[in-house]
Amino acid sequence: MEHVIELENVTKSYDRFRVSDVSLKIKKGFVTGIIGSNGAGKSTMIKMILNLMQPDSGMVRIFGEEYTQHEKSIKDRIGFVFSKDVLYDELTLLAQKKLIAPCYTRWEDALFYQYCDMFKLPLKQKLKTFSKGMKIKATLAIALSHHAELFIMDEPTAGLDPVFRREILDILQDIMLDGEKSIVLSTHIMSDLSSIADYITYVRQGNIIFSKEIHDIQDNYVVVRGGLDLLDSDIEKFFLSIKKTASSFEGLASNRKAVEEIFEAETIIEKASLGEIMYYMEGGHCDVAIN
Amino acid sequence: MQILISNTSKEPLYNQIKDQIKKKILSGELQEGDSLPSMRQLAKDLHISVITTKRAYEELEKERYIYSIIGKGSFVAEQNIDLIKERKFTAVEEMLTEAIANSKEIGLSLKELEELLTILYEE
Repeated sequence: MEHVIELENVTKSYDRFRVSDVSLKIKKGFVTGIIGSNGAGKSTMIKMILNLMQPDSGMVRIFGEEYTQHEKSIKDRIGFVFSKDVLYDELTLLAQKKLIAPCYTRWEDALFYQYCDMFKLPLKQKLKTFSKGMKIKATLAIALSHHAELFIMDEPTAGLDPVFRREILDILQDIMLDGEKSIVLSTHIMSDLSSIADYITYVRQGNIIFSKEIHDIQDNYVVVRGGLDLLDSDIEKFFLSIKKTASSFEGLASNRKAVEEIFEAETIIEKASLGEIMYYMEGGHCDVAIN
Repeated sequence: MQILISNTSKEPLYNQIKDQIKKKILSGELQEGDSLPSMRQLAKDLHISVITTKRAYEELEKERYIYSIIGKGSFVAEQNIDLIKERKFTAVEEMLTEAIANSKEIGLSLKELEELLTILYEE
């Protein structure tokens, strides 16, 4: 099995929102980051991947199987880590574990205690006393204890301080060591992605704009800054997006070599960060933190 | 194995890793049969994506500096260091010849060229 997640021509509409004809394949053994501004359809896609929502048409396959026949065995192998609380505040971590453990066929208590120890999580304290970072670590400990093979994480590092974020990223890199596990995470924090993501899927208005290897993006997407006199209608075709001021322009291009040949030394050409790519592609109106 | 990468360098990360491993092989610090860290371990140690180290290793394999055995890891391949050095020497010779030709065209003297070379070498 090369792909842990396959979406084929998936469509889902509700209210005024529509995910249309989305196809996506997520590779086993790698980290895939899903980016896109709020309301782009990231959560809808993740909900369909988790079978919390069913597509109107199209196919969702997880580990090569469909939910209609294999729901229990698929969910047994998925660990999900949401930024919104999925734990019960009034319970202690120990009580929460007792509630969750029986749901999974491969649950290992010893492993759970080992991770709680490693993540310094108090077992006998109510979860409402946990900080956000601790809660995320708790959900990670749970996922690891039932031997999840696919980790789905919605904004796992949102609202965490830089030290905690680094720690979570380190844990994720540990998870990736054996090459058997896969991670899909959505985030707004672009700098986190560039240090762990192998593939990036960019979602906008219910469509997938691109799904690429991170190098493809880092090697080819550039921001070009220069004087307005350099532009004409032919040259503008090289850009995905251009913003002009009275005397100069800034543009996003996805073909570094071509742009470098046209402009040579007359402009500043810099690697575009993921945040910049989103910013320009969304016409400058998005709520993403640029690195 | 010590590898240092710069996140602000223009050079892509996979090239930085590739070049440093190559250098270690050519200098003899890494020798035939030595095992390299797994690409996943290296990615974790350097805090970078697995696909970055994967690409560096794949390119090193393509250029026959290393080989990989599934389930065992990656190792330094047998190197004909003399041959590689000879090839590099030829390349240096060719480029210098070209530099000399260009210098003569614009009337740069041997002394001036030497000075330039010294400056660049010591940079």
